[in-house]
Amino acid sequence: MASNVSSNDKSSMVSTKIVIAGGFGAGKTTLVGSVSEIPPVTTEAMMTEASEAHDDTSSTPTKITTTVAMDFGRITLDEKLIMYMFGTPGQARFWFMWDDIVRGAVGAVVVVDVRRLADSFAAVDYFENNPQVPYIVALNRFDGELGHTVDEIREALEIRPGIPIIDFDARDRRSAGSALTTLLEYALSHPTKEPALAG
Amino acid sequence: MNNRRRRGIRIRPYTFTGGRTRSRHPLMLQTLVSVADPGTAPPKNLLPESEQIHRLCREARSVAEISAELKIPVGVTQVLISDLADQELIYIHPTITGHSPSENQVLERALRGLERLFQ
Repeated sequence: MASNVSSNDKSSMVSTKIVIAGGFGAGKTTLVGSVSEIPPVTTEAMMTEASEAHDDTSSTPTKITTTVAMDFGRITLDEKLIMYMFGTPGQARFWFMWDDIVRGAVGAVVVVDVRRLADSFAAVDYFENNPQVPYIVALNRFDGELGHTVDEIREALEIRPGIPIIDFDARDRRSAGSALTTLLEYALSHPTKEPALAG
Repeated sequence: MNNRRRRGIRIRPYTFTGGRTRSRHPLMLQTLVSVADPGTAPPKNLLPESEQIHRLCREARSVAEISAELKIPVGVTQVLISDLADQELIYIHPTITGHSPSENQVLERALRGLERLFQ
């Protein structure tokens, strides 16, 4: 019988996860690529979607299985702690996958392309309605200029007061890293009381 | 037994899992798993996919990495890992979600690690 008390210290390794969300093309994969120690991995996630039959309103919901590409990267933070970053699919039709990606996350960074604010509504809305997941908003500075004040953006995207909004350059390693640091600081100062969602 | 080798790649993924789509263990995408005893070879009665997982997990790997490396969908990977854990062949590492104040120390370690790397 294998013992579950392992004497080697490998068994004390733990992992954690943050989510990188945002509209299509906002810079999520760029952010992950800037900070990840491995090239961002794209994998096929097979998730079960509860869909409503659109041709028969009386029928019970049916379940279908959908395959979606999902991006992730990894940062080894110390010898026993690994952090994974998972990008959400940008397209709204993969909305159902978000719960699987977000489940158990320490927090989320919503990457916003300020030239296309409307593309960020869905992601901001998701986290505004899931207060158990701390999140911050990171404005991706594509051309060096934001063109809006932070207050204007908070108002336009209906981001609640207190949610940190930073600007950064997703292509720059340190700048992208600072977005993660801001998220961790915020998560630590705003502990959530909700228990983890059950398996 | 030899039939397994002849199995085509077009087989439906959940055939591997006996139709089950849920694992019995809390396996999230980021959850690390590693073999219980790194010195041992995988038992001979494992499915080829489970054997591959066993070999890959000599180093701790996340569910997402295993799924990507072996090109097995996440849901199927979770079920196969769960079965290996039931047989005590692999160990499922704790996953830090930040939902409990007792995890704050780990989050602080995470923050220090990020500051070290990116400042």
